[in-house]
Amino acid sequence: MSDELNLENAEERIGVYICHCGTNIAGTVDVAEVREWAEKRLKSRGVVLARDYKFMCSSLGQELIEKDITENRLTRVVVAACSPHLHENTFRTACKRAGLNPYLCELVSIREQVSWVHTDKHAATDKAKAVLSGGVERVRHHQPLEPLRVPIHPATLVVGGGIAGIQTALEIADAGRRVYLVEREPSIGGHMSQFDKTFPTLDCSACILTPKMVSAGMHPNITLMTWSEVTKVDGYVGNFAVTIKQKARCVKTDLCTGCGICQEKCPKKVIDEVYEAGLGYRKAVYTPFPQAVPKFPVIDKPNCTYFQKGTCKACEKFCPTNAIDFNQQDELITVEVGNIVLATGYDLFDARRIPHYGYGRLANVFTSLEFERLTNAAGPTNGNIVLRDGKTTPKVVGIVHCVGSRDRNYNNYCSAICCMQSLKFAHLVKERTGATVYNFYIDMRTAAKAYDEFYQRVLEEGTLFVRGRVAEVTDAARLPGEEGKLIIQVEDTLAGKQRRIPVDMVVLSAGLQSRHDSKEVAKLFGISCSADAWFIEKHPKLDPVSTMTDGVFIAGCCTGPKDIPNSVSQGAAAAARVLTYIDRGEITLEPVRASINEMKCSGCRICNNLCPFNAILFHADRMVSEVNAALCQGCGTCVAACPAGAISGTGFSNEQIMSQIEGLLLLNLNGAREKELAYA
Amino acid sequence: MKYGYYPGCSLERNAAAYDISTRAVARTLGFELDELDDWNCCGATEYIAINKLAAYSLIGRNLALAQQQFHANGNGHLAADGRAQLIAPCSACFLNLRKADRYLQEDAKLRDTTNEALAAGGLHYDPGTVFVRHLLEMIVNDVGYDEVKRHVTKPLNGLRVASYYGCLLVRPRLGGELSDAEYPTELESLTKTLGAEVVDFPLKTHCCGGHMTQISAEVAYELIRRLLQNATEYRADVIVTICPMCQLNLDAYQTRVNQHFGTNFNLPILYFTQLMGLAFGLEPKTLGFGKEIVSAENALIKIQRSPESAAAPAPSRPRKKKEEGLPMPRMPEDEEVTA
Amino acid sequence: MEEITVSIPDTVKPKLRFLEEVSAATPGVSRLEMCIQCGTCGGSCPSGADMDHTPRALFAMIRAGMRDDVLQSNAPWYCVSCYYCMVRCPQEVHVTDLMYTLKRMAIREGYTDHEAAPDFSQTFIGYVEQYGRSFELGLATRFHLAHSPLRKVGIGTLALDMFARDRLSFVPTRIKGMDGLHAILEKAKAITRDAELTGGTQLL
Ligand SMILES: Cc1cc2nc3c(=O)[nH]c(=O)nc-3n(C[C@H](O)[C@H](O)[C@H](O)COP(=O)(O)OP(=O)(O)OC[C@H]3O[C@@H](n4cnc5c(N)ncnc54)[C@H](O)[C@@H]3O)c2cc1C
Ligand code: SF4
Ligand code: SF4
Ligand code: SF4
Ligand code: SF4
Repeated sequence: MSDELNLENAEERIGVYICHCGTNIAGTVDVAEVREWAEKRLKSRGVVLARDYKFMCSSLGQELIEKDITENRLTRVVVAACSPHLHENTFRTACKRAGLNPYLCELVSIREQVSWVHTDKHAATDKAKAVLSGGVERVRHHQPLEPLRVPIHPATLVVGGGIAGIQTALEIADAGRRVYLVEREPSIGGHMSQFDKTFPTLDCSACILTPKMVSAGMHPNITLMTWSEVTKVDGYVGNFAVTIKQKARCVKTDLCTGCGICQEKCPKKVIDEVYEAGLGYRKAVYTPFPQAVPKFPVIDKPNCTYFQKGTCKACEKFCPTNAIDFNQQDELITVEVGNIVLATGYDLFDARRIPHYGYGRLANVFTSLEFERLTNAAGPTNGNIVLRDGKTTPKVVGIVHCVGSRDRNYNNYCSAICCMQSLKFAHLVKERTGATVYNFYIDMRTAAKAYDEFYQRVLEEGTLFVRGRVAEVTDAARLPGEEGKLIIQVEDTLAGKQRRIPVDMVVLSAGLQSRHDSKEVAKLFGISCSADAWFIEKHPKLDPVSTMTDGVFIAGCCTGPKDIPNSVSQGAAAAARVLTYIDRGEITLEPVRASINEMKCSGCRICNNLCPFNAILFHADRMVSEVNAALCQGCGTCVAACPAGAISGTGFSNEQIMSQIEGLLLLNLNGAREKELAYA
Repeated sequence: MKYGYYPGCSLERNAAAYDISTRAVARTLGFELDELDDWNCCGATEYIAINKLAAYSLIGRNLALAQQQFHANGNGHLAADGRAQLIAPCSACFLNLRKADRYLQEDAKLRDTTNEALAAGGLHYDPGTVFVRHLLEMIVNDVGYDEVKRHVTKPLNGLRVASYYGCLLVRPRLGGELSDAEYPTELESLTKTLGAEVVDFPLKTHCCGGHMTQISAEVAYELIRRLLQNATEYRADVIVTICPMCQLNLDAYQTRVNQHFGTNFNLPILYFTQLMGLAFGLEPKTLGFGKEIVSAENALIKIQRSPESAAAPAPSRPRKKKEEGLPMPRMPEDEEVTA
Repeated sequence: MEEITVSIPDTVKPKLRFLEEVSAATPGVSRLEMCIQCGTCGGSCPSGADMDHTPRALFAMIRAGMRDDVLQSNAPWYCVSCYYCMVRCPQEVHVTDLMYTLKRMAIREGYTDHEAAPDFSQTFIGYVEQYGRSFELGLATRFHLAHSPLRKVGIGTLALDMFARDRLSFVPTRIKGMDGLHAILEKAKAITRDAELTGGTQLL
């Protein structure tokens, strides 16, 4: 059999390169032996030369390959080194420089799959030979390929108008490109618009946010679509067609001057669960806050008396410009964009899930967002920190860290911002009420610029810190002095004693969690979520704003908890990535794609739904399926699923896979298996 | 419906009222309780403190017998998943049996050695074959509130009830317990179904002191005092329990607690099955009334006296928002009410 | 406490072993090594105020290999098995189960002379081993005579109340299969003794 193959590919001249990776590989694999073996035993398989080198990925290592290609007329290259994830591109590019089609290069892993996972040097060396032999067999079937090129539409969709989304939109728009900014609430601004002060510098949140909101609202290149949601995404990188549902505002934006008379006259008061975090009221026709962008109100149909009972229309009657229009209908708008940035932010952990902290049962237990509203001059108490009765100033306040975070019963991660947010609260309580403040923490996490300094400042101001996670908050008095108070029961772990601390107000620093609908949103845009439903980056360190789906980027808290500076940086970073694509005008895609042989396809459509990237379309007229090469990511799911064997993957043809397996089984060691190898 | 029944030592004598009322309620509701033949003590919280393997073998004997009696011959005691159902009314027995079954499944070494010991008595247990359930959980989930309601002939109008769960039914959570480890609501829903008025009882899952009454009485008295005080603050007429240990501590030691702290608590401690029986119109005598140390006489009179319609519900959540001030957070119960 | 500081440097190895030992002897998976010292257990414990060391402190001491101090602690004996610590622990450490393990270790290694609780347990199971069922009256009399003859008076009136309502019996119930149970428990104890000799911590 080997002779047969030999004849068939007699013209191929394969070069083999074995990397030491310092001692990473050479420490466990006898690289010299592998090289000698390859020279001798794989000669009949077309290997004309084999070399081992300390660092193949160094420029010298790459030059070695280039030189051999030109001088020794290599037609294929196999590099046995680290995982293709890391350096496939490096060696392909080296081949390309020397004039060899880059897809004729094969990288096999003898580090992640061999040296790092074995200790027996002898067995590891044998395994390295097998892996290398598999690569050689496979590379013989490689085809020269040309990367796919697709044009990039210059407009961008940004989903979510929090600080991250606003930043992205402004950066792209300032570069002269069109942006559609889609926000589901009546106004952009996100969580930041709810705060009074921002740590660590205590800038007024509205003062630094409003200018950005206004720029976004006025920017000639930004099409602002609030009270809207994306319902459908078609297409692929460079060429998305996105359907957006613009909910009926019932207010004609061309006539409305934002005077606010409708809100004043509307008789229907409802608790504002979003912007006021349930602590304040709004009307059925409303703009969530005075600086809202855009300034136009919306009518909240489920709460509007007219829509529910058929009479009222007070807003219409009093509107000086006749801007109210009860007949407006939801609209579906389709836009074409080349890239998408998701910046959908976070939800606050629902503190009601921890009943022993009393939220919802004990009136004077507040969540962090409620507290933000209490301190906000535009909030329900005009910035007065008072108890639930609306008037009493607390004398003792307890701030509870890590509520729902770092807890296997709820969210098992650190929410990253709540230590700083708790310190901010401690400062604000001190400053505005002079009350005694306790902070209950497990670990103080203040590891960013100027953060620990802020901790120092709060210490200096006399806040009392108790290192211990709060066990429970109760109103069941036990000791004198506890009657009528909330009692925080905790172990002061530094003193080694259980303590009961009576307070007037408890603030729960609830953690950040993924949006309740983030899984559906991820599915809509074809990206993936972690177990905690945060959006997953392409690489957590080196590519934090990209996703595995080309053309879809993520920024801000939708990828995990973070503070405003980090959200803004990510917003800008995502914009830079998008602008790079746009400026390039087109994008090259890996040609590793599936393709369907129409003659073999029976039209069963099994592959249609299995494709995770929705890349397969069905031609009902001809009863065959077809792969859209620009959408296909080459994952191979359909290849394996097709009962007719009609699908094959470029770079992953049956021939390539089968011969690699043959090679792995060392069929060409003297034409037969020399010995059984133990694969650990 | 048919279930295996493990009464446990307490129900033999000291908590006979629980046993009697349980059997009475079972007759009314039409489920059958088949007592486990020749069951032995579960070891309470004591054996495990001395010898792990002996403790697991002691419990293992009960599980092995239950497997023999209820699983092997599959005589109508099986749950949908094929496990034999064994009902324990005592929370401590429930937890011991449930937990042993669970750890025997998890811990192969413990399983093998326990079976080695059981073999000396000619027995064997396959962990996972017996589904240990607490009486309350079974009544709530299998019988259901609607069916209970159908049998209520004398609603407990006007009786203010504090629902007390104690620890071992709700914690630790090994699966199949009540809705929450700290704020379950099943017992409240049940007492409401019986027509009684549910009072808020924040300490409802706090500890009754367990065996501390025997070992370090002052520690236990303090735990008992907290409970009695909390229930009194919310103006409860009775505390209803689901566990013989809780009943014993709160009932038998109430006088001592009063002596110790100079208080004058006077709260009858009843089993939930006794209240069910009353609401089903059964005679108090047939439900073990009279066995409690703090007499339930007043409570009984109150039920008798109150006219059926006079169920003027006092606010059961006194700390809820008043009209002025800032709104309270929305709670799941609120939605229930408005829906 | 001074001795502790002195003993830390030269006992690095045994320290590790103590942690593993406690963890292995606990049925199921104890997760003891996952403790982050947050104090939720100590804060939740209804007996926390009476314990010389909170459960959290005990776990830190176990890590430090402070065997004597840990096994001398009164904390496990004040544990009322309320399981609050166990359901609230953010790391799902099986705190209550660990308390039982420490009780067993303390008894086995003779650290408990000053405690009433082990004796109570011992008396309790004495009846169980003899009859197969518990015997409250016997337990109360025997245990209280030994430990607090004075308090007996108070307990006496309580016992009378219980008698009056037929809630205490004079004679224990004896199960039919006592021989079988006896054989089972003897076998279990024999296996335990074996494990003690051969260091089979997991069975202890
Ligand atoms: C109590 C508290 C205090 C804080 N204080 C500070 C502080 O002082 N300093 C600091 O640096 N950080 C602070 N933070 C953190 C800060 O809130 C975040 O870093 C920041 O808000 C993240 O911005 P974002 O744009 O990623 O998300 P968000 O602010 O959550 O914005 C997301 C936006 O997307 C919209 N959206 C969501 N889903 C969709 C959808 N499917 N379609 C359309 N639109 C959608 C939302 O309506 C929202 O407007 C605090 C956090 C909390 C909880
Ligand atoms: S019609 Fe609706 S929105 Fe307008 S005033 Fe009446 S309730 Fe308010
Ligand atoms: S940031 Fe601080 S408060 Fe928030 S989860 Fe992390 S440690 Fe806890
Ligand atoms: S609650 Fe859990 S993690 Fe916290 S100190 Fe106790 S055992 Fe350790
Ligand atoms: S189970 Fe024991 S240690 Fe844990 S909280 Fe309860 S009494 Fe304390």
